[in-house]
Amino acid sequence: MLEALQFEFMRNAVMAGTLAGVVCGMIGVFVVVNRIVFLSGGIAHAAYGGVGLAFCFQWPVMAGTLGFSLLTAMVMAAVTLESRHRADTVVGVMWALGMALGVVLLDLTPGYNVDLMSYLFGSILAVPSSDLWIMAGLSLVILAVVAFFYNGFVAMSYDEEFARVRGVPVAFLYFLLLGLVALSVVMIIRVVGLILVIALLTIPPYIAERYAPSLARMMILSALLSTAFTLTGLWLSYRYDLTSGATIILVGGAAFFLVLLAERLRDFLRLRRLRGAQAKSIPAP
Amino acid sequence: MTGPVIEIRDLWFSYNGQPILQDVDLAVRAGDFLAVIGPNGGGKTTLLKLMMGLLKPDRGRVRVLGAPPQKASHRIGYVPQDIHANKNFPISVEDVVLMGRLRQEGLRFRYSGKDREAVEKVLKQVDMWNLRERRMGELSGGQRQRAFIARALASDPELLFLDEPTSSVDQKGQTDLYALLGRLNERVTIVVVSHDLMVLSTYVKSVACVNRKLFFHEDSTVTEDMLEMGYQCPVELVTHGHLPHRVLTPHEDE
Repeated sequence: MLEALQFEFMRNAVMAGTLAGVVCGMIGVFVVVNRIVFLSGGIAHAAYGGVGLAFCFQWPVMAGTLGFSLLTAMVMAAVTLESRHRADTVVGVMWALGMALGVVLLDLTPGYNVDLMSYLFGSILAVPSSDLWIMAGLSLVILAVVAFFYNGFVAMSYDEEFARVRGVPVAFLYFLLLGLVALSVVMIIRVVGLILVIALLTIPPYIAERYAPSLARMMILSALLSTAFTLTGLWLSYRYDLTSGATIILVGGAAFFLVLLAERLRDFLRLRRLRGAQAKSIPAP
Repeated sequence: MTGPVIEIRDLWFSYNGQPILQDVDLAVRAGDFLAVIGPNGGGKTTLLKLMMGLLKPDRGRVRVLGAPPQKASHRIGYVPQDIHANKNFPISVEDVVLMGRLRQEGLRFRYSGKDREAVEKVLKQVDMWNLRERRMGELSGGQRQRAFIARALASDPELLFLDEPTSSVDQKGQTDLYALLGRLNERVTIVVVSHDLMVLSTYVKSVACVNRKLFFHEDSTVTEDMLEMGYQCPVELVTHGHLPHRVLTPHEDE
């Protein structure tokens, strides 16, 4: 890994991976505890419509994608706010529409053949330094917003109805949260692609939830896990010449199943020990 | 306060065109311990949400502590149904109870040292102080219910609303719970919603039967139509030991 760091693209990849890990750690925690994984997937896919728009009308890609994703996120927030548990159909429709819009708009763009694969799996090895600065800025914005509204977000996530009774502006916080999801998704898609966004938003928080005593600790733990997965995946992809985004996902997935397996094993051993103790306490006839 | 703490006049509420509550009048006096009973889907929880300003009536007026419910909501302690809580959520008992002190300062939500003192007081009051660092998911049903009551009490409310507080609590826990509520009732007005007639313990002072319409009973005696309303079919009460026994006249206008 160390000799790889002499290349600028590799140093940039490590930086981008770390930033993506930190952002996914913070936002993914809210995505998992609020059960909006599907909604976040919808925002991430619909964002492709923004890519299409940006290329078709020659806007800056980052700004175009960001604007479009924020718009879809707000529409989804409005639709899902009142009936959070019945809104999956609308999310599904927007998910597909955004993606299709992107593909057709890119067809209409003369002389440009965008690579859908790079959107799906990202191009972490080709992150320019300018993008790193934008990513660092966005990470700080997200960190500041989460820290400022932390108590309100926790109350809304734990018990929305009680939060309302206490006068917490739940609707505002919900729109804000989905806005943050859109912001993070756009930022991370550039680096690691759409599929990895979903993996990083879900796997590290899911593991962290089992060991953290509070949402803040859960965020720190999942940020560390995200970063560890990203860097390990990056190293493996460099060492064995594999697609970097997909390798990172496989590392996260492997950790996910290892944790589940370890827990099963622990429960099994505990049960056996318990049975053993019970058998001893009953005297033989 | 001389007037009623909760006053509902000619209230109608429907959801998706389905009438839920019709022509409801209710006046709850200060210091009361009101049990709202009726079948599932009869509108009990809806009535509670209307009293907290979480829902708006189609017609009629709701006054809580002399003000519209939204204005009074910070003077109400609310204990929601247990099923809403996400049991995997990483949060400690103390942090949940702190939510009861949540209030807005500018755009921010902060907790002060005073808030932590208040939390200590209520946690000791419900006998949960030694469990304050536990994760909510590790508690038993009865302990979780006590934590939620502590959260509701943390803001020092004048009114306490509980929605199906006994649904995940065992028999012993229920007896303890009502003893606790009985003690609290010396200071606060309590409204308990339940489909379970067990709520008609000795601590309950008045009863409202809700099934689209509301019938108010000034004292807490069990009538035959309460039983029918609660279980949607005639039942016989079979009990062991001493059951405080009460019989009341039927509703006049039925």
